[in-house]
Amino acid sequence: MIFNRKFSFTDRGILSPLEMNKPSGRFYYIIFFFLLTALALTWVFPLYWMYSSGLKSSLQIVKFPPDLIPPEPNWKNYLRAWKELQYARYFSNTLILAFGAWALQIVISSTAAYSLSKLRPLFGNIVFFLFLSTLMVPAMAYLIPQYLTIVRVPLFHFTLLDSWMGVLLPQAANAFNIFLLKSFFDDIPRDLTDAARIDGASSFQSLKAIILPLSKPVLSVITIFTVIGTWKDFFWPYLVLSGRPELHPIMVALYRMTIALSYPQPLNIQLAGMAITATPPLILFFIFQKQIIRGITLTGLKG
Amino acid sequence: MKTADNLLHKPLHIIKSNLSGWLFLLPAVIIFFTFSWYPIVRGFIISFQQIDLVNPPRFVGLKNFILLFKDRDMPAAWINTLYYSLLGILFGYVIPLILALFINEVRNGKGFFRLVFYTPTIVPPMAVMLLWKWIFDPRRGLANSFLGFFHLEPLLWLNSPDLSMLSLVIMSTWAYSGGTMLIYLAALQGVPVSLYEAAEIDGASLRTRLFKITLPEIKGVMVILLVLQIIGTMQVFMEPFVMTKGGPANSTLTVIMLVYRYGFEFRNFGVAGALGVLMFLVLLVFSLIYLRITRQNSK
Repeated sequence: MIFNRKFSFTDRGILSPLEMNKPSGRFYYIIFFFLLTALALTWVFPLYWMYSSGLKSSLQIVKFPPDLIPPEPNWKNYLRAWKELQYARYFSNTLILAFGAWALQIVISSTAAYSLSKLRPLFGNIVFFLFLSTLMVPAMAYLIPQYLTIVRVPLFHFTLLDSWMGVLLPQAANAFNIFLLKSFFDDIPRDLTDAARIDGASSFQSLKAIILPLSKPVLSVITIFTVIGTWKDFFWPYLVLSGRPELHPIMVALYRMTIALSYPQPLNIQLAGMAITATPPLILFFIFQKQIIRGITLTGLKG
Repeated sequence: MKTADNLLHKPLHIIKSNLSGWLFLLPAVIIFFTFSWYPIVRGFIISFQQIDLVNPPRFVGLKNFILLFKDRDMPAAWINTLYYSLLGILFGYVIPLILALFINEVRNGKGFFRLVFYTPTIVPPMAVMLLWKWIFDPRRGLANSFLGFFHLEPLLWLNSPDLSMLSLVIMSTWAYSGGTMLIYLAALQGVPVSLYEAAEIDGASLRTRLFKITLPEIKGVMVILLVLQIIGTMQVFMEPFVMTKGGPANSTLTVIMLVYRYGFEFRNFGVAGALGVLMFLVLLVFSLIYLRITRQNSK
């Protein structure tokens, strides 16, 4: 059994391997291990509940106390949820928005970070400070003026209401990504870009051919967070796209179909619907968990 | 570096690199100006204006603020928000730390435990909120089945004015602990092993080591996360908006919920903006504390 092996000396926490290898230490450790396992199972139980309840019939789902395992799993619920909630359309909307958000981050944040890190124009530092100072302003505190901006964009005087650009452009102002990219670019030796410049490469070419290919680790972190972030996004698209339901991303559609509708779908179909919308980010997470966890611990960024 | 400098540092190059530097900054500056800097400044301007999106904006002096202070719901909203923040500290702040301490101590399947406790963070908040709305269902929800398993009386959860806020905090703790836990875990792994070893030679107990070494060593991270948590929880909005609409009996009406009501239900954007400004000023205090701490830490 796993508990029989000796605890190694290289891996330790507050307790030392010496203490843990004692019989009493082992005894308490095994108890602790099982309690933690029980806690972990409780922790993921709501998610199990979501997926398994989506398999129940409309009668089983109101049964009290509920069955832990659906007695006759009804896989068709998932198909029905997919169709009734018209997910094909809303999924593609979300995918388009995610791609747009990602493209804007690559174009806007990376050019700005490149300029601040390598080209260092006059007053660049002031602009960088102004970028960063937006991080100090809580997003919810300027919800209203930001909405008014979308209703009528200053200077240009057109509206971004009910358009995808109204969702994407405000999110494109991402000081955190500029900061992340700039600190990564700063570690790329300047000699590389200088050498390219002497060989006649333009600034744009050296960004494309030298800086970006060398920055794959940070770009992958930004890509994953942008895609998952867009996937989760609800409130801003809900506000901006309120007049054009056919443009809604999946989370707004889910809200509309479950809570806002006067005749909502039956509960089991709702749950199957939730499970469907939760699945893609979970799959992405299990594939990219190394990058995600490293990204979070490196940047102190939360989910 | 030197030779390159000599070659490049001719006036023409300086102008050229400045020009392209600004060219590369331009897209971000335009976007920030339109969607960030200007709205932030405008937030202060609209708090003195009457805006309903039908008539042109009109300056009304302090009328918006006076209206706010006369609003009976104002004190309730601030008290509810503080209450949520406080409960958030009790649960959402302490539980991730305990989880991280546990995972740091476990020797088998560390990666597995880390994964399990982080997973809810990945689930889209909308799915989380709809799922928990059903878990908290008084008649057939999982929460009451769980209580029934221990032969406890069922509760009304989101439908009870006394428990509604606590229910939201329980859900948020489940949903958001993962990220904080990872940051604590990274901090715990940075505690030097030699400190523990030295303490063991002196015969320090587990408790002494925890309170005299571990916690003091990660104090910096703990303080930063506390301030960030307060800034985050004071802006609570999504959960009451989706799950309770501020009810029952205004028990989950938070400040930002009130901003939403003034703006998007009463179409009175001036008053909504004024309340946003008040929230900004309160959070500014915490932001400045945060700035000060991070500056001290980096020194």
